[in-house]
Amino acid sequence: MFVLVIGGGKVGYYLTKELIESGHEVVLMEKDRSRAEQIADEIGSIVIAHDGCEGKYLGEAGCARADIVAAVTGDDEDNLVICQMAKHHFDVRRTIARVNNPKNESLFKHLGVDEIISPTRMILGSIEQDIPVHELLHLAALGEGELELIEAHLQTGSPAVGRAPRDLDIPDGCSLFAIIRDGVALPLRPDTVMREGDKVIAIGKTECEALLHGQLIGDAETADAR
Amino acid sequence: MKVVIVGCGRVGAVLAESFDAAGHEVVVVDLSTSAFDRLHTSFAGSAVRGDGTDEDTLRRAGAEDADLFLSMTEGDNRNVMAAQLAHESLGARRVIAKINDPVRAAAYASLGIATLCRTVLMADAVLGFVGERVSGMPGIAAPTGDHHGTHHAAAEPPPATVVHATATAGTDAPTSPEA
Repeated sequence: MFVLVIGGGKVGYYLTKELIESGHEVVLMEKDRSRAEQIADEIGSIVIAHDGCEGKYLGEAGCARADIVAAVTGDDEDNLVICQMAKHHFDVRRTIARVNNPKNESLFKHLGVDEIISPTRMILGSIEQDIPVHELLHLAALGEGELELIEAHLQTGSPAVGRAPRDLDIPDGCSLFAIIRDGVALPLRPDTVMREGDKVIAIGKTECEALLHGQLIGDAETADAR
Repeated sequence: MKVVIVGCGRVGAVLAESFDAAGHEVVVVDLSTSAFDRLHTSFAGSAVRGDGTDEDTLRRAGAEDADLFLSMTEGDNRNVMAAQLAHESLGARRVIAKINDPVRAAAYASLGIATLCRTVLMADAVLGFVGERVSGMPGIAAPTGDHHGTHHAAAEPPPATVVHATATAGTDAPTSPEA
């Protein structure tokens, strides 16, 4: 597989090294010349010392025949433009962008970036796993990004406590399929009665989230009353 | 009409003053308050300090009901992102982004954004002035929406012309001037 990596910071550097070790063909673009030379000295002449946002240089780096373009610079706007250029100008099948501002995730999805990696969101997710929250926790984006794998921690005030999935008004296109109870994963059947403290794992369309939130967490006032 | 301008550099400031003088409602956005010093004291519009690629900042500047949104900062990619945020997420009606890389400018015109390319404009101005052959590329490339049949670009009816005199408004000028 031919992977074009843009951005030779820590992420781009280690990504390139790992990809080479797994036997892939890789080209790395890094616009800072001295950084590019430093990386090239170590891993060989697969580094191009040019700005990957410039259409001309993307073309010269072989973007048109890349299987995957990974834009991992530290700037969201650069990563967006790289992925869009790759997608729409060079017909690259799969584009991956690093996103720093979690609020940009939906814009990037909407604008056609295939995969969005948000370190901020991931760290936030880890922190939220450890503190009581009244929100749905996003575990992963599935499919083309229109489906979300979601975890809901059932607490007092949740309409789901003491009820089974068949008694709930689950929006179309959503599936509640497992619960984690006392550290053990159990299948969630239509008649499984949910308890306080259960973590419900669901897959649903992004737009169903508000409805799922209402069914599993409860409305805002109930949660705040805790 | 309501005009939101991101980037209060020389071009942004001149445009802000011109639209203001013509009686339009103008909001200028820039990261640095000192950039607003470029605006003449007679400028009656408003200035918002903030990052033009941040959705919250653009909402504060009123991009949601802007008739015209111009991104004129010094960064091509910042302009592209601000323009797409305004156009795709916030619903600004007409958007022009300054993109100095000709390849990127052409690519984004095909994605539904009018693009202004200083490189082409200036090179052609010089070549034309000394009587050499010019590129013939438009200084502002109108959205074409034909490139790869991109859905969201194709869904928008492209404005008939992009380069037009500011005073005699284009096809989608508001019908109720308040000024």
